[in-house]
Amino acid sequence: MAYQAVAHRTNDDVAVAVQDLAPGTTVHVRVLKEAGSFELEARDEIPLGHKIALRDLPTDHEVTEYGELTGTMTDAVQQGGHVHVHNIQSRRWSKWS
Amino acid sequence: MELTGYRRPDGQVGVRNHVVVLPVDDLSNAAAEGVASLIPGAMALSHPYGRLQFGDDLDLTFETLSGHGRNPNVAAVIVIGIEPKWTQRVAEGIDPTGKPIETFEIERHGDLHTIERAAKAARKLVQDASDIQREPIEISELTLSTKCGESDTTLGAAGNPALGRAFDRLIDQGASVIFGETSELTGAEHILADRCASDDVRQAFMDTYNAYIEFIAEQGVDLLGSQPTQGNIRGGLSTIEEKALGNIEKLGTTPIQSVLKPAQAPNEKPGLHFMDTSSAAAEMVTLCAAAGSALHFFTTGQGNIVGHPLVPVIKISPNPLTVETMGEHIDVPLPDLLRGEIDLDQAADRIEDVFARTARGRMTAAEVLRHREFVLTKLYRSA
Repeated sequence: MAYQAVAHRTNDDVAVAVQDLAPGTTVHVRVLKEAGSFELEARDEIPLGHKIALRDLPTDHEVTEYGELTGTMTDAVQQGGHVHVHNIQSRRWSKWS
Repeated sequence: MELTGYRRPDGQVGVRNHVVVLPVDDLSNAAAEGVASLIPGAMALSHPYGRLQFGDDLDLTFETLSGHGRNPNVAAVIVIGIEPKWTQRVAEGIDPTGKPIETFEIERHGDLHTIERAAKAARKLVQDASDIQREPIEISELTLSTKCGESDTTLGAAGNPALGRAFDRLIDQGASVIFGETSELTGAEHILADRCASDDVRQAFMDTYNAYIEFIAEQGVDLLGSQPTQGNIRGGLSTIEEKALGNIEKLGTTPIQSVLKPAQAPNEKPGLHFMDTSSAAAEMVTLCAAAGSALHFFTTGQGNIVGHPLVPVIKISPNPLTVETMGEHIDVPLPDLLRGEIDLDQAADRIEDVFARTARGRMTAAEVLRHREFVLTKLYRSA
């Protein structure tokens, strides 16, 4: 079945859009490293390669992608929203800024 | 997989047959280019350094220059420097390969006489090189290298896992593969540490990684301003950790066999070898070439177009926008893998097929488009 986004692991907080997504679109997500797929609705415009939140992510939430920690939410995002540099920051290099 | 290549006198195996004119310093570029313009088939490797460097920085420049002469894709070398001492030092670094080397210094001759003498030598070296025949070779005889650039999330999702699958197969057949990008492993360094073949390798890997990060921290700058890069961000990457986790997908699943200094050639053990490098594409590829890489695999998301004068750089991209808008730079398009229309094994087949044809002589996009980036890594300012 065709899909519009890929997640690396089932428990990841975000998935990567493999095409441009418009708000309101139903997004089929394929899990790459574990068998599985699921659906959600895009809330924001999410360009190809950008990330969609797979669940509500509150401020200060530590984000999991690839089954690993990839950053901290600096602003809350709802399921289906756009996760990028406006609301996520590195856990590693932010301490020097 | 049938491969052909060129066996050098020291047993190294290359897939190209270049005659290079190697300037020792910035002042000698004009003469080197003069020779190359008179003798097509001799390639000048111009660069901006080689004067008043000292210590580790000077040693790395010598290693990089000599390493390019030693590279198995090179049949013969002309070294031109402003004065004889450092010219000889670069030539002596190439000497153990047994390749033909001719040296020329400009002082007490001038550019024009130097060009005349060197062009006469180049004429013979190019004719002799053209007489060397390709012969069947084994994958285990090749040193390969890899990097990704202008990365985006499509690499972690598709391009890099496909290349990782291909590397697992090539390493299983005995290939050596150099990777690097020290600071861009941040967020994934613990995973690679776990993959080191021994405690000694693990210690060397972490020491090298930590030293690079300390060096960056000492500059007292906000690295968030440069990592991820603006191209990475445009492509959807948000943090260095995310970028690193996508980056290491291209390394497949085999152990890391050794840790190399910049420009250092791996020992004969097949497998993955980590080299301490910058993550800037041309600097990294140049260090791999100095370490004896015969062929480089480069995955790109947003469209890095880097090449190298001596080493074919195979460009792999899963990003449909990049393949559509700048397809002339891409040797292995993989948007169908991103969309799930083919699987990882089929994608790895495609990479291996282009690899084999490139090794046998097919020109890469970067070679056709004359991308010949040759960029020395400068460790600190000159005296």
